[in-house]
Amino acid sequence: MIIANNVSKQFGKLKALNNVSVACNKGECIALLGPNGSGKTTLIKSILGMVVPDSGFITFNGKNILHDWLYRRHIGYMPQIGRYPDNMTIEQVFNMMKDIRSFNEDTAPDNSLAEQFGLTGMLHKRMRTLSGGTRQKVSASIAFMFNPEVFILDEPTAGLDPVAAEMLKERIIFEKSKGKLVLITSHVLSDLDDLITHVIYMQEGALLFHKKIGELQADTGEQKLSKAIAAVMLKK
Amino acid sequence: MNKLVKYVCADILRNRIVIGYTAFLLLISMSVFSLEDNASKGLLSLLNVVLIIVPLVSVIFSTIYVYNSAEFIELLVSQPLRRKQLWSSLFIGLSGSLSLAFLIGVGIPLIVFDATATAWIMTGMGMILTVIFVAIAMLAAVATRDKAKGIGISIFLWLFFAVLFDGLVLFVLFQFEDYPLEKFMVVAAALNPVDLGRILILLKLDVSALMGYTGAVFRDVLGSQTGMLAAVLILLLWVFIVFRISLSKFNRKDL
Repeated sequence: MIIANNVSKQFGKLKALNNVSVACNKGECIALLGPNGSGKTTLIKSILGMVVPDSGFITFNGKNILHDWLYRRHIGYMPQIGRYPDNMTIEQVFNMMKDIRSFNEDTAPDNSLAEQFGLTGMLHKRMRTLSGGTRQKVSASIAFMFNPEVFILDEPTAGLDPVAAEMLKERIIFEKSKGKLVLITSHVLSDLDDLITHVIYMQEGALLFHKKIGELQADTGEQKLSKAIAAVMLKK
Repeated sequence: MNKLVKYVCADILRNRIVIGYTAFLLLISMSVFSLEDNASKGLLSLLNVVLIIVPLVSVIFSTIYVYNSAEFIELLVSQPLRRKQLWSSLFIGLSGSLSLAFLIGVGIPLIVFDATATAWIMTGMGMILTVIFVAIAMLAAVATRDKAKGIGISIFLWLFFAVLFDGLVLFVLFQFEDYPLEKFMVVAAALNPVDLGRILILLKLDVSALMGYTGAVFRDVLGSQTGMLAAVLILLLWVFIVFRISLSKFNRKDL
């Protein structure tokens, strides 16, 4: 569904992505792991067209994403830090997103996550008055609002309270069961254990491996993702 | 497109700075007209305010606004929208709301106290200047990632157009006073929107003594009518060119 071909990107002297090739398919739930600054977010941003690769290309459903923008309606993206215009209320932000993505008229916007998070009770609050966690809830609600085919979640559980994080995880599992593709980065590996089917491990901009979770467990002899990744990192 | 403009406008208009700016302009124009018994004198005092303060506020506010919306821009870029659409909406939103502030703060008092053609031209000129400096600010903001640097560039550009440029022109004029410089002066004036704005008003007011050298030459070479038309066209060209450059930079920018 998403295929990256030899994607490279350089920021000044820093090689953020070094010849990354990866293929992601429907029904997979992929954890994008790696140390800080290993290029995870850059890869995500390349897929979203926010960063233009220096070389290589990315296709979405077989179409090159360069100069394309409509493919993004199939993606629900939750950024690492969601910041919104200070003066807008939650309701206005939601309405704006609905407005922007209104060509998805066949499917009515799905507010269930916002309702679960209890955001519907504070729709009149302005964005600047919200705490970091509440902003994350807003970002998550928007990502899941339009029934996209692909979810790209950058550190989704960071800043969320345990109850909300659990709700989000359940929702991700539900979407996975519907055959959606989910890409997650997270440093809280214990959160990912019951979610993911594949692991992509990146280091210094290069793709180290892309394996099924079962293969990784077999290779390292560890059941828990955190232990398996620790074993991989120690071996290096 | 319209949807985004609507949201950007609503966001800016709720901003206290724009409301303060409107009130400030309103206060200045009211007091200028109350102090002067002659409306056209009031117009001249107001001219300097328009030429200095309006570009300054437009350029600084817009630069800061674009930087502060960085994450918001990031959010929208990840949505199914063209970048061109997003950038144009920001531009229309910023220039629209700042022009509206100007229209309320200066335009309405002008038309109430002195509803002459000059007042209308001055209102229009102030609005075009606002739009040009919004475009300049967006260019500065897209050219550098560093907020402090971007604001610095904006302020420098304002300083250059509002103050330094005239000094440079005078310097060249004195150095080469033995040569015929009329054509050069016309071109030089076209390179500075603030100068053009001043010329536009003064051509209409017909106070040659206040027009400065560039203004006098402008009238000599082009005549009052054609001169004004040319000035307006060049001002519009300024908007178009500066915005196009910033747009092409934004299209290639990594967010």
